[in-house]
Amino acid sequence: MEQPVGAHWHRVRLNTRMISAQSFGDSGKMKEYHYTGPVEQRFSPYAFNGGTVLAVAGEDFAIVASDTRLSEGYSIHSRDSPKCYKLTDTTVIGCSGFHGDCLTLTKIIDARLKMYKHSNNKMMTSGAIAAMLSTILYGRRFFPYYVYNIIGGLDEEGKGAVYSFDPVGSYQRDTYKAGGSASAMLQPLLDNQIGFKNMEGVQHVPLSKDKAVQLVKDVFISAAERDVYTGDALRICVITKEGIDEQTMPLRKD
Amino acid sequence: MALQDLCNFQDVFLDSVTTECSSVHFGKKTGCDFMQGSPFSNSSSLFNFYIPPVPLPFPISHGTTTLAFLFQGGVLAAADTRSSCAGQVACPASLKIRPVHSHMVSTTSGTSADCALWVRILSRELRLYQLRHGRRLSISGAAKLLSHMLHPFKGTKLCVAAILCGWDGGEEDGRHDNGGTKTELGGCTETAKKIAKSLDTSLQKTQSSSPTLGGQQHLTREKIRFSGPSLFYVCSDGTRLQGALFSVGSGSPYAYSILDQDVKWELTLDEATSIARQAVYRATHRDAYSGNHVDIFHISSKGWTRRSREDLKEEYYREKERRERGMRRDVTYEKAQCGD
Repeated sequence: MEQPVGAHWHRVRLNTRMISAQSFGDSGKMKEYHYTGPVEQRFSPYAFNGGTVLAVAGEDFAIVASDTRLSEGYSIHSRDSPKCYKLTDTTVIGCSGFHGDCLTLTKIIDARLKMYKHSNNKMMTSGAIAAMLSTILYGRRFFPYYVYNIIGGLDEEGKGAVYSFDPVGSYQRDTYKAGGSASAMLQPLLDNQIGFKNMEGVQHVPLSKDKAVQLVKDVFISAAERDVYTGDALRICVITKEGIDEQTMPLRKD
Repeated sequence: MALQDLCNFQDVFLDSVTTECSSVHFGKKTGCDFMQGSPFSNSSSLFNFYIPPVPLPFPISHGTTTLAFLFQGGVLAAADTRSSCAGQVACPASLKIRPVHSHMVSTTSGTSADCALWVRILSRELRLYQLRHGRRLSISGAAKLLSHMLHPFKGTKLCVAAILCGWDGGEEDGRHDNGGTKTELGGCTETAKKIAKSLDTSLQKTQSSSPTLGGQQHLTREKIRFSGPSLFYVCSDGTRLQGALFSVGSGSPYAYSILDQDVKWELTLDEATSIARQAVYRATHRDAYSGNHVDIFHISSKGWTRRSREDLKEEYYREKERRERGMRRDVTYEKAQCGD
């Protein structure tokens, strides 16, 4: 996923543009610090709150992990704002992007889960939640939820399943996926370690739960080193048929 | 089916159940009316159509190579599997050819979310048509339906370019009555053969300037029950074209060059598959937004079948080997020449 950049304009003085995160509507590069002439300030309903989410599916388990930093521009709003939300006993969703939309989206999903439970007398399966989320996101095709979602859980057969989404609802079942601000750094590492890509003559060993948890921890430590929006702490949710087990591990705070 | 469950669920919100109304909403002027039956009508439909002039802070996924053509064995559809998003590969293993029903697939190009959802809506509508009328809607009808559904969104950022590939069955109550078991020329009616033979003219057709061809099609269809392979290109800007060969996407110019030289009606299935694979491979070689693997689907009178996904890396090495063998052969030939 493209490195999302903050979509809100700093109040500028003297009509010069500070070196700040630019709206993606521009060239995508950072503009130099020079006088550009009068700049129109516009209210943007979006903001970028950072954060990275990762999910891995194993033979009989799934892991959803996220960092817990909530930032905006140069500030950190909170060091304890995890981005994994428990939906059912077998499904966890990780949402990163604009925190306001994350909160609303999870509220809507919770409400729809309850309604399904009441009218169908059973819990929604991971696949069904993924399909439903796709239509919820597409319903706002022309004013999207600025959220990168990844659902991790167990499917009906008890195997691990990961579903990754784009902000407008296109989704796909995967074995592993990283989303959020450090996704471009983490995804190639996961491709190599879990997907055995770009290596020749290597034995494809299936991933065990403990190895997967260790890998996730290592991967987030690396992400915190290089991505400013990722850090503070790591929240890991391990989903097995016994239930959901949550662990927290500290990361770099700078 | 998940979509059926989703449809039933919508009844909780809607006051009027749309099953009694006309089955397909052709020619509805206002988009809002149509949205009653669609999955995203839980909030007030009017508000969904207020498009605030806000620049999006993120890019949406795009870019592809897809192709489809008719031949004596039915329809062959092929696509790459790379889904890119402003310079990053969002997904190296995406599915661009989606089955709509047992005898139709749709290759999708454009924004992945738009394509995925609209093909899903199309399959729902076709299933409802089948349940209400006892027969499948023809590919031409399905293309018209999709085109009319996309029309209210003309001018917006919606981007869907789909090729609907399928086999129009002559079946009533499950029987195929036009030589459905055979896959050679006997399985198709005259109109299908005419389309296939006119490969050149169909490629030159411009947007909606084919009323004469369409008109003829329509008349002949009234008389005989059309049965055979069929190919339609539908685009969110309003284009709806019938043809025998289409390629869509950023890599399509490269694919067209391979297809134009090799595609003939008389191809066998293996030849057609290798041509399709070669065309996608060439496109992925030159186009940055296409790559990774190739998916090939074959639709015959019995329905669609899918080949297992092939990594184009293997194709690259096979070609390299072929070229080296060719060069070695040339060198030995020259040596033999000089030796005389």
